[in-house]
Parts: sequence; C-alpha cells; structure tokens
Amino acid sequence: MQSLSNKRKVVSDKKMTLAERIYLPAVFGGMWITFKHLFRKNNTLKYPEEQRVFAPVYRGMHVLKRDEEGRENCTACGLCAVACPAEAITMVAAEREPGEEHLYREEKYAESYEINMLRCIFCGLCEEACPKEAIFLTDRIVPTEFERDEFIYGKDMLVESLDHRIDITKRQHTGKRSAI
Amino acid sequence: MDTGLIIEKSLLVLAVFGITLLIATYLTYFERKVAAWLQDRIGPDRAGPFGILQPLADAGKMFFKEDFIPRNADKWLFILGPGIAMFTALMTGAVIPWGPNIEAFGRSISLQIADINIGILFIMGVLSIGVYGIMIGGWASNNKYSLFGAIRASSQMISYELAMGISVITIVMMTGSLSLRDIVDGQHGSFGMGWNVFYQPVCFLVFFITALAETNRAPFDLPECESELIGGYHTEYGSMKLGFFLFAEYINMFISSAVIAALFFGGYNFPGMDAFSGNTLAILGTLAFFGKIVFFIFVFMWIRWTLPRFRFDQLMHLGWKSLIPISLINLLITGLVIAFNEGWF
Amino acid sequence: MSLAILTYILGGLTFGSALMVVLAPHPVRSVLYLILTFFFISGNYILLNAQFVAVVNIIVYAGAIMVLFLFVLMLLNLSKENEPKTKNVAKFAAVVASGILAVVLIAATKDTMILQSGYQTSDNAQGLVEGLGQLLFTKYVLPFEISSVLFLSAMVGAVLLAKREKQITNEL
Repeated sequence: MQSLSNKRKVVSDKKMTLAERIYLPAVFGGMWITFKHLFRKNNTLKYPEEQRVFAPVYRGMHVLKRDEEGRENCTACGLCAVACPAEAITMVAAEREPGEEHLYREEKYAESYEINMLRCIFCGLCEEACPKEAIFLTDRIVPTEFERDEFIYGKDMLVESLDHRIDITKRQHTGKRSAI
Repeated sequence: MDTGLIIEKSLLVLAVFGITLLIATYLTYFERKVAAWLQDRIGPDRAGPFGILQPLADAGKMFFKEDFIPRNADKWLFILGPGIAMFTALMTGAVIPWGPNIEAFGRSISLQIADINIGILFIMGVLSIGVYGIMIGGWASNNKYSLFGAIRASSQMISYELAMGISVITIVMMTGSLSLRDIVDGQHGSFGMGWNVFYQPVCFLVFFITALAETNRAPFDLPECESELIGGYHTEYGSMKLGFFLFAEYINMFISSAVIAALFFGGYNFPGMDAFSGNTLAILGTLAFFGKIVFFIFVFMWIRWTLPRFRFDQLMHLGWKSLIPISLINLLITGLVIAFNEGWF
Repeated sequence: MSLAILTYILGGLTFGSALMVVLAPHPVRSVLYLILTFFFISGNYILLNAQFVAVVNIIVYAGAIMVLFLFVLMLLNLSKENEPKTKNVAKFAAVVASGILAVVLIAATKDTMILQSGYQTSDNAQGLVEGLGQLLFTKYVLPFEISSVLFLSAMVGAVLLAKREKQITNEL
C-alpha cells in the first residue's frame, strides 16, 4: 500500500542492535536536537505588550449592530437562536411604539437579547442566519469574570454604542452590505 | 592555634556557604530559562530585568506559604528530613579546592576549606548519607506516594553509589591520592591540559551518569516522578520545607558539577596557565573552575529537558548490569596499564 | 585536656544513642538511633586520627547497610496493634541468651579496661590510607584475603537465593 505521507514508521518488536542498546547514540542525537532549538526563534509573545494579529475571520465577542442612523438592526426574528447549536441565545420581542422610529429600524425589535458566553462556541452560525445583518462576531475577546451570571451578556453589553461604533468591515466579508 | 588561619578559614567557609546558596538560588532561575530556551520559549522575564529577581519572588512566596504538617505524620522526623537533605548538600563544599593559593597579607591562602587526605571519600560519605533526608522525609509523611518515592530514592542511590565509587577508585589509582587537591594538581600535565577525561573517558561517562542518578536529576528523577507519584517524597511538604528539598537538589547539582570538573576536567587547571603566576593565576584558575562548573550545570539541565524518564526496571538494569561491569573492567584495565608502566611485567 | 573532654562527651553520646536503639518505641526510630551511633563511632575514630576508617565506616554502615535496614523496616507495617505475640518461653530464652552474652562481654573486656589512660592521638599514620594499606597487604594479608573469599561466597549465595528456580516439571 502506498503511504499517504512519507512520515509513516513501522513499529516492530525486533531485537535491538548494540548501538541501540547502549542508548548513547540516541541520547546524543536527542541532545543535538534540543541544542538546535537553543537558537530558534521564540514562539512566545510577551502578551500584554505584544499582541498577536488576529486573522480577518476571527470569531470573538458578538456585537449587535446599528445602522447608519443609529437604529438597531435586530428585529427579533429569532433565526439566530434557532441556528445556535449551543442554544446560547434567548430574546424577547416587542413592538415598536410610535415615536421610537429613531431607535429601531424595523417595526419589531428585541426587548431583551441575551447570549450566554459560557455556552457560546463562537461558531458564527448566528451571524450567518441573521437576515438583517444585525449580529456579527468581532475580534474582541470575552473578558474573564468571577461569577457565572456575569457571562450572560444582555443588550447593554452587546449593542454597540452610538459614539463608539465597532468596525466589522475587515473581519466580516459578508458581501451583503457596506461599512457600518 | 594560628589566629590568622582561623580568620582565613572562617571567611572562606562563609564565602563558600554564601556562594553555594547564591548559585543554587540562581540555578532555579537558570533552569527555567534553559528549559524555555530549549523549548523555543522566553521563560521568566517579569521580575526585574530579564526576570533576574524571579528567585527572590519564589523564595518570598515559599516563606509566606502555610507551614503545614500532616496530622498522621511523624512530626519530628518530618521536620528532620529536609534539614538533613540541606545539611548534607551544603557539607560537601568543604573539601573542594576552588582555586590555586592566593598570596595576601604575607600569607599563602588556600582556597579550600579543608584539605583532608581522604577528600574524595568524604564526598562519597556525605553523598551516601544524603539519601536519609529523602527517606526520612518520605516515610514520616505517612503517605503512600511519599513512601514510594523514598524507597525508589534509596534503592536508586545504593545501586548507583557502587558504580560511582568504582569510577572514583579508578581516578584515585591514576593519581595515587585521595585528596582532591592532589587529584587536581595531578592533572596539570604539560600545558594545564593533562585532564583525566582524556585518559579515562569511559570512567568519566560512568561517573557522569551516576552523578545524574545521585542528584535525582532527569532521566533518573524517579523518586519525584510527577506523573506516577504526584511529587514523590515531597508530596506532603509545603512552604520552606519543600523549598529546602528543592534547594538541596540544586546545591547537589552545583556540587556534583564541581566534583566532575575537579575529578575529570582538571579543576582550576586551564590551557596556557603556565604563563601566569601568583594572584593572577589564582583568580584565572578560580574563574576557569567556575566556568567548567557552569558548563556542567548547563549539561545537567540540557539532559533534563531532552531525555524522558527511565522506567524503574531499566534503571536497575542500567545500574547493576551495565555501569558496574563497565566500571569494573575499566578499573582492571587501568590497574594493568599502571602496573605495566611501573615495570611490573 | 580539651581533647579528653571531647572524648568523654563523644563517648557519652555514643553510649546514649546506642541505648536509645534498644529503648526507642518504634523500630524505624531505633534504626535512626543506630545510624546516629555509627556517626558517633566515626567521631571516635577521627579522635584516634583514623580518618579513613571513620569515613569508610560512614560509607559502608551508615550509607549502605543501614539504608537497607531502613528500607525493609519502612515496608513492614510495624505498630503496637499488630505486633506478634511472643511466647513466654521465647522471652525467657531471650533473657537467658542476652544474659550469657553480657557475661561473655564483661569477661572479655574487664582485663582491657584500664590499659590506657585517655586516647593516644598518635601521629603515626596507622588509621590513614597509607598505613592501613601497608598493614593490610603485609601483616594481615591472609585474614584480608580470607574475608574477601567470605564476601565472595556470600555474594554467590545471595545470587543463588535470588535466582528464580528453574521450571523442572513440564506443564502437564
């Protein structure tokens, strides 16, 4: 049989030769390998000072986007919650009252929208399911907490603030819409 | 009694004690750095520039940990264990010649605390009682893992002491003296390069392997084998008592490197040493000796981060069926060659 | 004078720790006291200017043989509860035997007791390596060689005991 890679090693129970039995050639061989590693480049980054560049498709903490006028995109259709394999998303829908048009883009909006970050597996299926381009995964990392309930993120954590918009153009090439 | 001698020796004792402790402290840092380098990492670099204050941070942490004694432990022996380990580790430095004599204040000061005429045997003796620290500590903890560690340590040390002793005897036969200073001086040769390792490479190899085993360093660290025995003999220890055990290991490593350098690599002899004399020679010789020691400490660490641990039966097999016969044959050949050189045949 | 005081202190310590070997409640402790005794004996050797003997005593007895003793005792689960009952006859026999041993020892040592007053820290190098080697290979060469034959036979015996018996009977 042809091997797929040439890394295959045949394991056998043969009797060891003298060179193998006195270990020393193998020992020196191993020491030579580790010695070469002395001069290799370090793989470690000094984390807080240096940070690794994220891949453009990195999937981190979610954001609920607003549109150009600052209205929430989400219409609480529930498709993200259905798509979520970890069942991390829950939401309560509400109807937009007159006078709230500057807050919500559609007539229906999410009164509450919660993602349990301990359940979330950051697969990005919510983002794919969303018809309104409201939820996106970003390159932000979910911070650590001491209590479990602190990981249930509500709208206060998820919806982007008006004066601090979150840029998703570099990360998410959905091809459906332009920036913001 | 000569007052000058007393002052001189007390200062030397203090110096050796301090240097040993300092080096052992920094070996903990060095070990982590070497491990990091060999694994393409950076290693500790947060405490101070390049992390050189890391040992202080570790020691501070050790001091402020709870000093805990298990309820079913034998209290006094539990305390005695790390004490013995530390005591025996520190004692060996007394007979090692750290350098050639220094001329100062009109007297010739020997850089050796005690040039006793059985120096190398003294080291063997102290080494052989070093195992009691581990055994007593392991047994007194009243824990099965500790006991296993203690038993492994004792059987390993007894097995490897034999081969070590025989290889030491070979060197003693070459020199004709048990005093470490005579052994070191005997390696002066023509250019300061008459090192024993060139005459006795097999003996050096055996001694080096047994030194690894005696200091419980990888690949012979079965007594503290984390994967099976949790921590071996120091499973139940915490705080500074654990610190003593770990510290004793590093001191032992330093002393073993010093003994290897003195027995096989000419001690303070270095090539081209005849061009110097007096205090220059003394300082250069001491530096050369410490250079050799640091090199061997690095080799110890290098081996630790390269080789996997032996299995217990492999350990015993290596000790009894390989090292002892090899060193015995080597001893026999050396004896025959010496007899031939002296014209017995 | 200070040497004499040192001698008495060391002698007392040796005697005390030797007594503790017998009196210690736990076998492991008595082994540890025995090791301590060996150290004091080595101290006595050093006072006699026999450094070689002192160190060899430590290496061989304290460093090797007692480690094996300790090794075995640590593995045995010795405690007050599961101590085997000794029969009264055995106790009686032990008392008689040790009494006889004591008589023999006293008889043997009573004549040699007041032979010297204090230690002679002679500077003849009898306890050092050279002197000892000379003696062993000239005057005492026969007992030396005979004892090595004894060790050899002991070694052969140990190997024989440790060897697994050959399966003579084939499996039926």
